[in-house]
Amino acid sequence: MSIAPAEVERPETGQEAVADTPWVTIVWNDPVNLMSYVTYVFQTVFAYPKPKAEKLMLDVHHKGRAVVSSGAREEMERNAEILHGYGLWATVSHDR
Amino acid sequence: MAGFKAAGGGATARFAAAQASIIRNLVTQVAELLGADPLADGDPLADPAQQPPDGSAAALDAQLRLSDSTEAPQDPALARLLPDAYRDDPEAAAEFRRYTEESLRSGKVAAARTVLDTLPAKGGRIRLSVADSQAWLRALNDVRLALSVRLGVTEGFDEEAARLGPGDPRYAYVWVYQWLAYLQESLVEALE
Repeated sequence: MSIAPAEVERPETGQEAVADTPWVTIVWNDPVNLMSYVTYVFQTVFAYPKPKAEKLMLDVHHKGRAVVSSGAREEMERNAEILHGYGLWATVSHDR
Repeated sequence: MAGFKAAGGGATARFAAAQASIIRNLVTQVAELLGADPLADGDPLADPAQQPPDGSAAALDAQLRLSDSTEAPQDPALARLLPDAYRDDPEAAAEFRRYTEESLRSGKVAAARTVLDTLPAKGGRIRLSVADSQAWLRALNDVRLALSVRLGVTEGFDEEAARLGPGDPRYAYVWVYQWLAYLQESLVEALE
């Protein structure tokens, strides 16, 4: 048996809190990309299991866009670059 | 008409000479749109006449493959292949483009080259490794993106396309666009 720690370390306010706010990679719907291809790209690039990849693809398709990843800005930019390589339209932004 | 089938992790397909010719022609055009001669040896984006002397800042810049371009390309097909990464922040988009556009271009050209290297001009049966299959997927997708801009594809295009007759100048392009979609889909399925 183990006991959870009593106190969770909280981020500092100010600069650190801003830095802790996640950046996101967003994929936008377009009329060209095949649903099967988009699903495959999400599986390949993010190693998402197929059901999750499919759900994200359907979100893109039906809602016009979906957040596919979140984290540090550099990582989100790298994701966008990789997704552009696959022909998806991906953008980076600071909040959802 | 047959598409790709799974084969040893990768994929296999058979192409008639006319089909091979169409694919080779289109991937070559996309590579040229991206600024390369995909049939040239070596780095398709390198022009020996423009290589700066070693040790200069320009040489380092060239090695790091930064781009001079900070805005989306004027050509709409090229702009779709090299889109902005920030929707509402032109400065961030320009910075991102400056650092990534060259490598994005060369990656797409490399995918086009893989198709040219693995698809004989006469057609026939081909077998692709997983890596080559993924390059084919990206190259076919780039061709369809470029075609879609030329065709003015929007949502609901399939219904519009079904109404086109052989007299319409877009007819042949629509046929190719839809055939490539079928081919690309069969390749995705082969890889699953």
